[in-house]
Amino acid sequence: MSSNDKMIRTKDLTFLEKIYLPEIVKGLFLTVRQMFKPKVTVQYPEERFEPPAQFRGRPVLVHENGVERCVACGLCSRVCPALAIEVQAAETPLDKERYPEKFEINMIRCIFCGFCEEVCPEEAIIMSNEYLLVFQSQEEAVFGKDKLLKSAEEMRPRLEFLRDHR
Amino acid sequence: MPKVTIDGRTFDAPAGRTIIDIAAQNGIEIPHFCWHPKLTPAGNCRMCLVEVEKMPKLAIACMTTVADGMVVQTASEKVLNARHAVMEFLLINHPLDCPICDEAGECKLQDYAYKYSIGESRFEEDKVHKPKRVELGPNVLLDVERCIMCSRCVRFSDEIAHQPVLTFTQRGTHVVLTTFPDTQLDNRYSMNVIELCPVGALTSRDFRFKARVWEMSSTDSVCTGCARGCNTNVWVRNNEILRLTPRHNEEVNSYWMCDDGRLKTFKHVNAAERLSAPLVRKEGQLMETGWDEAIAKAVSELRLFRKNEIAALGSGFSSNEDNYLLQKFFRETVGTRLVDLVEHVVEGDQDDLLIRADKTPNTTGAREVGVRPGPAGEDLASILQGVRDGSIKALYVLEDDIAADPAVREVLGNLELLIVHAHQRNATTEFADIVFAASTFAERNGTFVNFQRHVQRFRPAVATQEQDRALDGFNMSRWDKFAAHNDRWGRGSRRDARPSWRILAALAVVYGVKYRYQTAEDVFREITERVPTFKGMSYLAVGSRGRTLAAAGTTAPAPVA
Repeated sequence: MSSNDKMIRTKDLTFLEKIYLPEIVKGLFLTVRQMFKPKVTVQYPEERFEPPAQFRGRPVLVHENGVERCVACGLCSRVCPALAIEVQAAETPLDKERYPEKFEINMIRCIFCGFCEEVCPEEAIIMSNEYLLVFQSQEEAVFGKDKLLKSAEEMRPRLEFLRDHR
Repeated sequence: MPKVTIDGRTFDAPAGRTIIDIAAQNGIEIPHFCWHPKLTPAGNCRMCLVEVEKMPKLAIACMTTVADGMVVQTASEKVLNARHAVMEFLLINHPLDCPICDEAGECKLQDYAYKYSIGESRFEEDKVHKPKRVELGPNVLLDVERCIMCSRCVRFSDEIAHQPVLTFTQRGTHVVLTTFPDTQLDNRYSMNVIELCPVGALTSRDFRFKARVWEMSSTDSVCTGCARGCNTNVWVRNNEILRLTPRHNEEVNSYWMCDDGRLKTFKHVNAAERLSAPLVRKEGQLMETGWDEAIAKAVSELRLFRKNEIAALGSGFSSNEDNYLLQKFFRETVGTRLVDLVEHVVEGDQDDLLIRADKTPNTTGAREVGVRPGPAGEDLASILQGVRDGSIKALYVLEDDIAADPAVREVLGNLELLIVHAHQRNATTEFADIVFAASTFAERNGTFVNFQRHVQRFRPAVATQEQDRALDGFNMSRWDKFAAHNDRWGRGSRRDARPSWRILAALAVVYGVKYRYQTAEDVFREITERVPTFKGMSYLAVGSRGRTLAAAGTTAPAPVA
């Protein structure tokens, strides 16, 4: 666009717009109205936001009675667009045949997209409601099985949400 | 010549050939499970049904021999419907366990389910359950539920491995693959059934659950287990070799390789005990040191001896390039005539299929490029005799554990200087004064010559410290491509090892002779110029299939394969 084609407002302001006051009153009205509505501000960090089940917090691994559901198929690792997940499978005498000997998620790489949850054939990796992630080194940001495993009871809201919405 | 028309294209069809054979040869894919070019056709999977004009019913392409004027349709509506039906039947009892199946990613059933199946099942009943984790033999595990009864493994054991121990029992959907009572699948080629199996029913006990197929890179290489030099693929993840599989080469190994080659020739590459730096003996102990220091020390020590006090041993485990530079350095630069190698022949351990008694991949090549007794008969025996009587005081050994032989071991103590190229500490390094950390076949470029005088190339699949997977043109997996320096899965250990030819070239330079080789290919180029039987060859010409050397004593270029 050349400088000659600039959009120029040709219409002048009306009288009401020129005196400005009605617009001020309109704005004040909006503010006053909000004062009578319930407060939504959370006094973080004294108060914590409890996300609903559909919230995509950090991914966790589900275990039932201490046995992880994961069969180490590596599909989450393959689908992960950020290559955050590393899985090493090993054999187990259980019926599921294999289990993750090592399961690590690099939380610096993770982008919380939820693809891993979507692709998992065992509903073993799901997104939790945890959003507090603090690390002081890169090593600390790599979560192993110790940090990832959560019991199915604890994760029930999310598991039920997935049942209902998938 | 009789003619046959397949999908509108007409081909020559020698009598006795089958439709699938002619189609495969001309690049027309007819889906199949049980047919294999090297096994007798069985005709039991029914996947290769095609429509032949003037035949009332569909015919199986693997058992129908061609006749003059035959017109075949491989993708008509009738054929597609039949294929859908066959796939539906096969999938009725096939478990839906691709996520935990080792075959996933290279599975014929999986591929065909995408390509030729309608994508849904009308089967609502329970699948038949059969034994899982059946130990067929020391190296092969069977999951009967996954089996589609193609009988490839049965035919392989009967016809190729000549150990007829596999059979089917029961009927219909209850068919079970099993070994005869009191037998097991333990022949020396048993693991070939793993690749032959079009599904994940037969899996390797060694590789089981180690990695998913798509996580690894695959590199063309050559097996180092014996003088056959089977063509292989080296599968690497995180800079670690996880498995070897055979690569088809009709002139060398066809589709097969032996279990020893598959299991025993790569573990040392990954070993934790690999040398991580050159070693120099100080006060009786081998101590790690820098490359420059070790090379300078090797040269200054070699200079202390007269040239007829120095001998060098090549190695059947080293490449042609390494052996060539060894003999060039010692004959031309150092000036000794004492160059030979130790052979590793296990008498009687040889068969008609692949296994050779010569347990090195390259003795033929080492001899060809000049590691052979001198004009006055200076051979291994005379070198060892010289060491024993003290007339030979310094010995230089390429990648070979010569002290594993007690007769050699006994004389090594007499030496004043022993320099060794090695991958890890072994019996020979116990005697060594200087040990150079050499890279293995999986970490460098090079060529071997097999017992048929076939020159074959191997390529680097595992990176050493001086290499970079991307810059040096390695085959890379997705993991290799995107690993950052701080990703744990991208930090597989990289050894500070160098190819033997590079170490020798560095020695020569310190010795005062300019050896101008940048790559193994430069050395190979010089071999083709100076060794008549190699004339006309290049890495490009050798390619992935290999080329045969000219007959000894002639200078004619090798015929183009």
